[in-house]
Amino acid sequence: MAISLTVNRKARTVDVEADKPLLWVLREDLGMPGTKFGCGAGLCGACTVILNGEAVRSCQTPLSDAAGKDIVTIEGVAASPVGAKVVEAWTALDVPQCGYCQAGQIMSATALLTATPKPSAEEVSAGMAGNICRCATYLRIQKAIAQASTAISGAAA
Amino acid sequence: MTAATVSRRSFLAASLAGGVALTFEARLAFAAPGKAEPAMLGAFITIAPDNTVTILAKNPEIGQGVKTMLPMLIAEELDVAWSQVKIRQADDNADKYGPQFAGGSMTTPLNWLPARQAGAGARAMLVAAAAQQWGVPAASLTTGEGAVRHAASGRSITYAALAPVAVKMAAPDLDKVALKSPKDFKIVGKAMKGVDTPAIVRGEPLFGIDAHPQGMLYAAMVKCPVISGTLKSFDDAAVRREKGVLAVVPITDGEIPAGKHNAVAIVGDSWWRVHKAREKLAVQWDTSGFDGFSTDGYAAEAKALLEKSPAADLFRAGNADAALAKAAKVVTADYAYPFLAHATLEPQNCTALWHADGKLEIWAPTQDPATARGDIAKVLGIEPGSMTIHMTRIGGGFGRRLMSDFMILTACIAKALPGRPVKLLYDRTDDLRNDYFRPAGWHRMTAGVDASGALVALKDHFITFGASGKPMRAAEMRATEFPAPVLPDVQMGMSFIKTNLTTGWLRAPTSNAVAFVFQGFLDEVAEAAGTDLPSLMVKTLGAPKQLPPEPDDTPFDTGRARGVIEAACKFAGWTGKRSAVPGKGRGFGFYFSHRGYFAEVVDLSVSDGAITIDKVWVAGDIGSQVINPLNAEHQMQGAVIDGIAQAMVWQPIEQKAGAVTQENFGDFPLIRINQTPGEVAITWVVTDNPPTGLGEPTLPPVIPAIANAIKDATGKRLRSLPLSLA
Repeated sequence: MAISLTVNRKARTVDVEADKPLLWVLREDLGMPGTKFGCGAGLCGACTVILNGEAVRSCQTPLSDAAGKDIVTIEGVAASPVGAKVVEAWTALDVPQCGYCQAGQIMSATALLTATPKPSAEEVSAGMAGNICRCATYLRIQKAIAQASTAISGAAA
Repeated sequence: MTAATVSRRSFLAASLAGGVALTFEARLAFAAPGKAEPAMLGAFITIAPDNTVTILAKNPEIGQGVKTMLPMLIAEELDVAWSQVKIRQADDNADKYGPQFAGGSMTTPLNWLPARQAGAGARAMLVAAAAQQWGVPAASLTTGEGAVRHAASGRSITYAALAPVAVKMAAPDLDKVALKSPKDFKIVGKAMKGVDTPAIVRGEPLFGIDAHPQGMLYAAMVKCPVISGTLKSFDDAAVRREKGVLAVVPITDGEIPAGKHNAVAIVGDSWWRVHKAREKLAVQWDTSGFDGFSTDGYAAEAKALLEKSPAADLFRAGNADAALAKAAKVVTADYAYPFLAHATLEPQNCTALWHADGKLEIWAPTQDPATARGDIAKVLGIEPGSMTIHMTRIGGGFGRRLMSDFMILTACIAKALPGRPVKLLYDRTDDLRNDYFRPAGWHRMTAGVDASGALVALKDHFITFGASGKPMRAAEMRATEFPAPVLPDVQMGMSFIKTNLTTGWLRAPTSNAVAFVFQGFLDEVAEAAGTDLPSLMVKTLGAPKQLPPEPDDTPFDTGRARGVIEAACKFAGWTGKRSAVPGKGRGFGFYFSHRGYFAEVVDLSVSDGAITIDKVWVAGDIGSQVINPLNAEHQMQGAVIDGIAQAMVWQPIEQKAGAVTQENFGDFPLIRINQTPGEVAITWVVTDNPPTGLGEPTLPPVIPAIANAIKDATGKRLRSLPLSLA
């Protein structure tokens, strides 16, 4: 059955099993490999996308749950003002090491800063604790979120 | 930029001579110059008509930053602006590029000179071309930002304009070509961002898992739950009825490296579909001979072996027993550490295409393509030269991808499906259970201290994994482990336990375990001697001298060790006094590994049995030059946090009836942002030594520093990893 959804502001229709996780729909059916597979169990956050404004683990999101929804992935995150500032900070501070988890980190950070433009250290920890970085780039992730937060506040002022 | 045509390509292939120096082997055959086309100068450098310089990065990028760092060295000596440089990943071709592996923190020491010589050699040819064109002596010319200048006449010409002539110039002797003085460096020593960072933040396909040759199929596998077990029988009738399934491929060869890799691969049009179809496979394995191994069994064996004499000598000097009998004080303690997995975030995967002509093309996140090439050739019975290996960016290495199991399995599947590219992807459970694990180990340590508080004798009975008097891969330890070489009476011996698990190198292999044992134990010795660990270390190191190295390694310089120990103590304000604040503790650790000297101080807090790392101070000596300080800081902070994870967060790999029981990050937890220390502060000790690598040596000392800080905070001496007060 064909299922329609919006991905990065584009209407897309896919005709695959309704229980296929959004992660694999993005990677296999929509040709968008930026969203990564890490654990398949919602434990590492590598597959994080933003669904109707909320960060979700796309490996745990069946396509049927994404039907008619608005999805933002790493390929399109810089189109939003908050996403653009996050990506800018990530680049300026050279956050990635291997880089594999960073799509998920950027999506979680964007969702966090969209909901909470000036997060406390505890809010950053809580908002980002679902995203594992095996290279442990956490100190720069913290800095990049702080820098993006300042940039967003500055832009809003 | 168009691709260089073969007729225009005039390259000087770099080949390895004497294991260290790259030499130019000039192969100069090309058509008449004149047309604007890119020109190759050496194996690594291509200069385009717009004066863009493309530099090949030859080694695998696992997040350690070499894809940026190696081209920095070449660009520096070529004397171009970093903004002119484009970087491309080279394919596997050791004949052309020299060694191409990511391991042992060896990229810097192996390439510091050859990479600069490659840049300087190309620069010399460009200068020679300008000298010829202008009829002036080469010595009267200078270079900078991709141009040659003649100050006397005010003339200037770009490298692009010179390149067609330069490729015809005689290749210089690279051992004699002039290199820049470090004070003239414009790129080396500057903070350079990772070359792939922009593509990473845009989500572009870079990694092995992103490889997607035209017409690609997907494979998932069912592997024997007991490593080295073999395939008895299987029924795939139900699997073949599943949507999207196109083939089922049993793999019964693949005995390299170490242990069998029997599996049944399910191939189809979607990984999600073939992975799901695994449920329908009926399969029987023969695990006899391997299903008796267990974590509890190893522990019981180790306990019994510790009471016996070592089965083999590792190092012996003087008479340790006699010296201990005379010692003023004797300290003895047992230390232990568990099996660990690597858990790279990108699961093991590989893509391969068996071409119609029998040639194999591979896209792989591999740390060691040359070894993989040999392994695949052996298993499949093909010529190593009949393979092309494209090296992708790698979603975490940590030593896991020095092994080639995932490439061998993929090659076996591809061979069964000629003409169709196929990507094998392990799921997380496959990945955790089919690792090449960091081996567990046990040490009974004994030390003697004389009346002056000096360490005079040492014994270590090391229980490790192996057979016939030989440790398995990564289960060994150095016979030259400090302080053995400086003590008059030493006895280090080994006894062996068998396992069916495959073992391998985990970031800072052997050091990540032995540092904990030795620096934790020496902290106990220091306490018994009425001093602190840094003071005991300085006293034991003695006057600066070079201690004998392991084969193929560099000597241990006691002066450099002392340098970082003193720097770390000064940096952290170490007083040697016990913590006066309840629940707060401070600990020290030193280690020399991968040619780097590192001393670290940890401050931590203990509250209701929970340990929080507050701050870590690091003092490091990796020689005369930090090549990319932006990445250096990042590597060191990452390695410290990785060490904290190994010490406190990761749980031991558990084995029952031969099989590893862990499934995912629920029972093999990795460190998260909320467990990260508030600060990892870094200071350098710059010494007049060739620069060495940073991927690993920062990791080992933090583990004993934490254990020693816990002792300071609580009075409890923890001698087993992971460290826990529960």
